[in-house]
Amino acid sequence: MKKNKRPDAAAITSSLIRKSIQRRFAIFLLPTFVCFCIGFLWPFIQGIYLSLHSFTTTSDTAWAGFDNYVKAFNDAGFRQAFFYTALVAVVSLVLINVLAFFVAFALTRSIRGSNLFRGVFFVPNLIGGIVLGYIWKTIIDSVLPVSMSIQANYGFWGLIVVLCWQQVGYMMIIYIAGLQAVPEDMLEAARIDGANGPRTLWHIILPNVMPSITICTFLSLTNGFKLYDQNMVLTNGAPVRRGIGQTEMLALNIAKTFSTANQRGVAQAKAVLFFILVTALALIQLRATRRKEVQQ
Amino acid sequence: MKKLFALVLAAVMLLSMVSLASAEEKGKVYYLNFKPEADQAWQDLAAEYTALTGVEVKVLTAASGTYSQTLTSEMDKKDAAPTLFQIGNAEGVATWNNYALPLDGTELIQEMTTEDFNLKNANGETVAVGYCYEAYGIITNKTLLEKAGYTIADITNFESLKKVADDIHARAAELGFDAFTSAGLDGSSSWRFSGHLTNMPLFYEFRDDGITEQPAAVKGTYLDAYKNIWDLYITDSAADVKKLSSYTGAEAEKDFYDGKAVFFQNGTWEYADLTGKYGMDPASLAMIPIYCGVEGEENAALCAGTENCWAVNAKASEADQKATLDFLKWVVTSDEGTQMMADWFGPIPFKAAKASNNVFFNDSTALLNEGKYVVTWAFNYTPDVDNWRAGIVSALEQYSAGVTDWGEVEYAFVEGWATCYANTH
Repeated sequence: MKKNKRPDAAAITSSLIRKSIQRRFAIFLLPTFVCFCIGFLWPFIQGIYLSLHSFTTTSDTAWAGFDNYVKAFNDAGFRQAFFYTALVAVVSLVLINVLAFFVAFALTRSIRGSNLFRGVFFVPNLIGGIVLGYIWKTIIDSVLPVSMSIQANYGFWGLIVVLCWQQVGYMMIIYIAGLQAVPEDMLEAARIDGANGPRTLWHIILPNVMPSITICTFLSLTNGFKLYDQNMVLTNGAPVRRGIGQTEMLALNIAKTFSTANQRGVAQAKAVLFFILVTALALIQLRATRRKEVQQ
Repeated sequence: MKKLFALVLAAVMLLSMVSLASAEEKGKVYYLNFKPEADQAWQDLAAEYTALTGVEVKVLTAASGTYSQTLTSEMDKKDAAPTLFQIGNAEGVATWNNYALPLDGTELIQEMTTEDFNLKNANGETVAVGYCYEAYGIITNKTLLEKAGYTIADITNFESLKKVADDIHARAAELGFDAFTSAGLDGSSSWRFSGHLTNMPLFYEFRDDGITEQPAAVKGTYLDAYKNIWDLYITDSAADVKKLSSYTGAEAEKDFYDGKAVFFQNGTWEYADLTGKYGMDPASLAMIPIYCGVEGEENAALCAGTENCWAVNAKASEADQKATLDFLKWVVTSDEGTQMMADWFGPIPFKAAKASNNVFFNDSTALLNEGKYVVTWAFNYTPDVDNWRAGIVSALEQYSAGVTDWGEVEYAFVEGWATCYANTH
């Protein structure tokens, strides 16, 4: 039996119903739109305005032109934070998605207790970043010969471990949904045609879960770039050398800049640059993975 | 009916104008307080002043560790901005200079016994008044020290301190206590060493070079002395040198009030907790200077200075500024005000100050009365404070764990200063 994909399509296109919905669209859109303006649009515009000024309080500013941007680019700490953030984001992106995919793959093979495992893997995601960071800091520091804040590479891998632990479960759920949506007839056809496990995985399953991969890579990439809590708690940027935190990520660098004397405008400029960077990356990544998605 | 209504409206309007005008004449005070523990005392004092004079005094206290953010957002409120706020150090002056009214020649300043704790801006104007001072050194448990066979009179310089501490540490198992509490480098404790202890090399270097304003670079002439005392702290203590970053300030405090250690580097502000909350006997407590092996340090007193300075909002209305200055004058001259200040802030540098019962302050005063020199808070000149200190903490951690040598600390101290200065100028 074939179900109509959009059973109420006819109802929606009926001009009688559509007109009344159209007339009242404001009721549905306005609250969200107002919230969006207050919480996002207005602060964003003000943020750009402030990044072009030097200021101590936001109501009392002096025009500074692109000075703040020049200072931000000349700040070695900001550049270091950029490369470090990129490294963390890329490494965590790969690890989280590979791990999450295989956990999801394993848990859709009808293993005994797979529901329990799904729950267990998902739980870390429910704990807030700060609490989680403190717990992991204690665990990791007690295992390592010296503290994470002494050796930058310990700090790096410590952060990766925490990120994976926290996010693998969440991505796993998305992958499980994707895997369950792979059409059974396709898999059956592949089996009949004599495709082995890896071939089926590569040619049938992966193209079909591409939408899940798109959303998961998008989430883990942006999560990696805007990471703050765990970074602050685990190492707070330490070790610091010549005023540059060796494990300081962009968001932490911006927050710290803001609390330095006469650097508030610079911090604001950095924040605008940060926004542009994250948005651009997310858009590029979305385009790249969307192209690989297949229509079912 | 309509006429009556209009009349009433007009009367209300007139009345509100009158009351507004009188409020404007009198001005109002809005104090953004910095010390959460003193909040209730300030609220009470404010209520008393209002009852006495009719001037509205509002006190708001920022939550611990959020003063800078709170001040930033409160200052945005134009007419309702704080008229009285807090500036802590040179960096604070750099940030808030435009908002701080020059206070030279005011009655408040004329009431002061010393201007040593005041902060000045680049033009030499006094922009913040140091209304109390604090002192720090090595808090000593005299009872334990006597159990080990010594008295504080035995400690007069670094050599004698080291001799006593080494001996106690060697006999720690037998005595049941160690020499020093943990030198924790967790954020809740590291400021004692990256901020307060670095004051020793900074103070002596600035004294030799006659430096009286923020320098662009430091030489680290006295870093050997800093190494002496740091080595002593981490050697003669039960804490694991490889894990110093996990020891908190509360742990060090607990070591001390539990009687697990004789020495605890901290300041006068600890007195209330140690004697009140933890019930230590004031008679067994003393504070001795930090000796680190500098020539002539037998004559050093405690490290005294302040990060508690009042600044009056330069952008507030004239009436409000005057009301604020009047309020402050009342605080430092009236019976109620000086009593509250003595209870919460110890001896204050004003003519009408009342005596304090804080043992540590009395130690400080006694040392000064013996003619010893005060070690001032040279660290108030630190540029980009958080960053410079973070560098020192990293270097100390690495050095203590044996990952790097002392050169890393020297590097963080000297090069770190130059970088942090350049970043903020």
